[in-house]
Amino acid sequence: MTSRELMHRSEVAVSVELETPNMTLNIGPQHPSTHGVLRLIATVDGERITSLEPVIGYMHRGYEKLAEVRTYAQITTLVNRIDWVSGFANEVPFILGVERLMKVEAPERAQWIRLILSELFRISSHLVFMSSYPLELGATTPLMYVLREREYILELIEGLTGGRFHPNFNRVGGIKPNYGGGSQSKKQSMDLPAGFFKSTIEAMDRMNKICDDIDILVTGNELFKARTVDIGVIPAEKALEFGLSGPNLRASGIAYDLRKIENYLPYDQLDFNVISRPGGDCFDRYMVRLEEIRESVKIVRQAIDIIPSGPLQAKVPRILKVPRGQVYSRAENPKGEFGYYIVSEGGKMPYRLKIRSTSFSNLSILSWVLKDQLIPDLVAIMGSLDFVLGDVDR
Amino acid sequence: MNFLLFLGVKVALLLAIVLTAALVTIYVELKAGSHMQTRIGPYYAGGKWGWAQPLADGAKFLQKEDLAPAKADRTVFGFAPYVVMMSSLAIFAVIPLHGSFVATRLDLGVFFILAISSLSVLGVLMAGWSSANKYSLIGGLRAAAQLIAYELPLVLAVVAVVIQAGTMSLVGIVEAQQATLFTINGIAISLPYILTGQVVGFIIFMVASIAELSRIPFDMPIAESELTMGYLTEYSGIRFSMFFLGEYASMVGLSAIAATLYLGGYGVPFLPQSMEAFAGPAVLLLKVSALVFFIIWIRWTWPRLREDQLQSMAWRWLIPISLLNIAVIGVFKVVL
Amino acid sequence: MSKRIAFPFLGLFRGMGMTIRAMVTKAPVTMYPDEKEIPVPRARGVISLDEDACTVCMLCARECPDWCIYIEGHKEEKEPAKPGGRIKTKNLLDRFDIDYSLCMYCGICVEVCPFDALFWSPEYEYSEPQISDLLHNKDKLGEWLVTVPEPPALEA
Repeated sequence: MTSRELMHRSEVAVSVELETPNMTLNIGPQHPSTHGVLRLIATVDGERITSLEPVIGYMHRGYEKLAEVRTYAQITTLVNRIDWVSGFANEVPFILGVERLMKVEAPERAQWIRLILSELFRISSHLVFMSSYPLELGATTPLMYVLREREYILELIEGLTGGRFHPNFNRVGGIKPNYGGGSQSKKQSMDLPAGFFKSTIEAMDRMNKICDDIDILVTGNELFKARTVDIGVIPAEKALEFGLSGPNLRASGIAYDLRKIENYLPYDQLDFNVISRPGGDCFDRYMVRLEEIRESVKIVRQAIDIIPSGPLQAKVPRILKVPRGQVYSRAENPKGEFGYYIVSEGGKMPYRLKIRSTSFSNLSILSWVLKDQLIPDLVAIMGSLDFVLGDVDR
Repeated sequence: MNFLLFLGVKVALLLAIVLTAALVTIYVELKAGSHMQTRIGPYYAGGKWGWAQPLADGAKFLQKEDLAPAKADRTVFGFAPYVVMMSSLAIFAVIPLHGSFVATRLDLGVFFILAISSLSVLGVLMAGWSSANKYSLIGGLRAAAQLIAYELPLVLAVVAVVIQAGTMSLVGIVEAQQATLFTINGIAISLPYILTGQVVGFIIFMVASIAELSRIPFDMPIAESELTMGYLTEYSGIRFSMFFLGEYASMVGLSAIAATLYLGGYGVPFLPQSMEAFAGPAVLLLKVSALVFFIIWIRWTWPRLREDQLQSMAWRWLIPISLLNIAVIGVFKVVL
Repeated sequence: MSKRIAFPFLGLFRGMGMTIRAMVTKAPVTMYPDEKEIPVPRARGVISLDEDACTVCMLCARECPDWCIYIEGHKEEKEPAKPGGRIKTKNLLDRFDIDYSLCMYCGICVEVCPFDALFWSPEYEYSEPQISDLLHNKDKLGEWLVTVPEPPALEA
């Protein structure tokens, strides 16, 4: 409105206590800091948010409907793209669920390779968080340092599976065994390529180094601490009430890690800690993810020594028909608990695939935690919850 | 007639120097910032090191469409960049490159600078309000609070220097810093004010000037990750380039003032009078470059402070410390 | 609310030391397009077709999650080897298009082909200004065949 109109308005409304109406600010789908197309309808009083309503669905791609007309192998390729930062971790619970329905168990080597890939993607996802969170708070350099180091992980994954973000490597009964699976004459194995162990050890050293560098550049920075300590405190009961999981839950003091509880991959043969911090503020969520990178590095280093040799896929028929049944299988996505509820009627395609995505539950706490916070704190808190819109909207 | 010609030459020279300094500063920010982030930055524009990038950017801004939001207040919207630019350019009129090489030798140099530079607050407020955009409004409000709050430490830090020097004229302050303090073996030693008790004042001045420039860590008015450029969101083309150049010109200007007040300006120690005409501007350039580089270095390393943390830092820390600084300097001036 | 910024500011200056050290180190930048990174042999860049091996069984088109492969073929009769023998019919391709604007690069088609007609190649520089040019017909797919690398050696 023009300044003239406002001048007239203020003349009418002036009184001893200057009443200022609340402003409805649309932190719209296009915004630098919502991690994707998320719309927040915020009512602000100056800089303080009085109420907040998230509107999601801008990125709905209809995965559950698509899965009703796709075979299981095809669904595996689609499902990589739900949480696009941690591609492999989306496939794992799905394949485990189908294997449970078919009563097939993957051979040892396949399970270990799945474990290594899951941990590599966990490191990759947490590195994306490391780079984008300080950027939202104003520090522009950690972005470049961290993404450069993430390239080493992506190269490892590409050398093994052929794809950087979407490996599409799981098959029912194991992992992809052959380059061209159907061919009888030429079977080129998709096993670990030469030099994989050496490059992995080098990459893990680099991961430790970037964690140390980020410790100096970001964690030790007093301005960063002033922006994140005691901001957005989520107490443990509230976290459980809203269904948070993953690093968000562990930062509120509840040491719940599906890797230790539900042994869906051979994690019990490895020695690693579950990182949890009692505070529940943004700094704790950030620190949990930083320490989890170090734990994953430990896991990968141990796994490389333990991995046995053997076949890559169990015997399954070419045309996959899954027997009747329903199963809920879950795994520890880098962002939290990720689960699939598969209902099968005995055909080539599932009858119903329900996806319990982590970020959808992690996002539900937004309207509670952002009440009475300032707008800069909105950015800090949203960033620390680390959700991805593809995961929220599926 | 002669006076008008002389005036025209001075204005043209001043504009040339200021705009060149601003362009060079933009280039240094792009290049040094990129290397701090382990990337290369401008490379292909104009030969090997991309030195023509700021010129290319300027040409790009000149040929853009004249956009303004439909509900914006057009007069105020169009006028705001020029207010900011004007106040950035005006401070260069009194900065001495050499004893007699200054655009205007004002006795009230310091006072003039502080008064003119606070006009940019008005420009920022005009930009934020007239953009008809809630994000710009928030940015403008933050700017109003921040820029006014940080005017005070700036002024108070300068007052301490004025007390110590005894004059408000910039040339006079430089000459006061060149006064012999003591002699060693017959060589006269003079020290810049930063070494004779103005360290605290210097730090306060630098912090306040980074806040006046709205640069990280004090860039809440712009706050790129929250407000998509805050009060500058709706500006594009020539208007944006006025803001842009104004910011970098202010950066050079405030650094030049800091160099003059605290680091000794164009004065070089141990130099005979005859060389001063050449060495003076070169030394001032060196000092200004060091300060500008420091400001750029900070921008690429630290995150930004929140608005209320900014304000509490200004009102609860910087102002009391600068008042204390004045008291201490005053006491020492009387006693010593 | 947040804590006050604590003295001293040592953490801030350590961070600044890190950026200045990064500034004087050489930037690890690959100057594309003068220097190019060579992708790993298994990288999924583009799919190439060996036309002689294809028997138009349509398995790849059926299994593709996006249905981006368009196949048309016809049967031809071959002369019997000896007179009075069985007439053999051969399937020949008329049309084999992969629409790379739809392709997900999942590799299911390469995997299910029983006759080794499809191969992965790490070529990635085939972007076009017009989206219709991303439909590669069988001649273009045959051209990619020379870029297919040897499979990498496996870990011992």
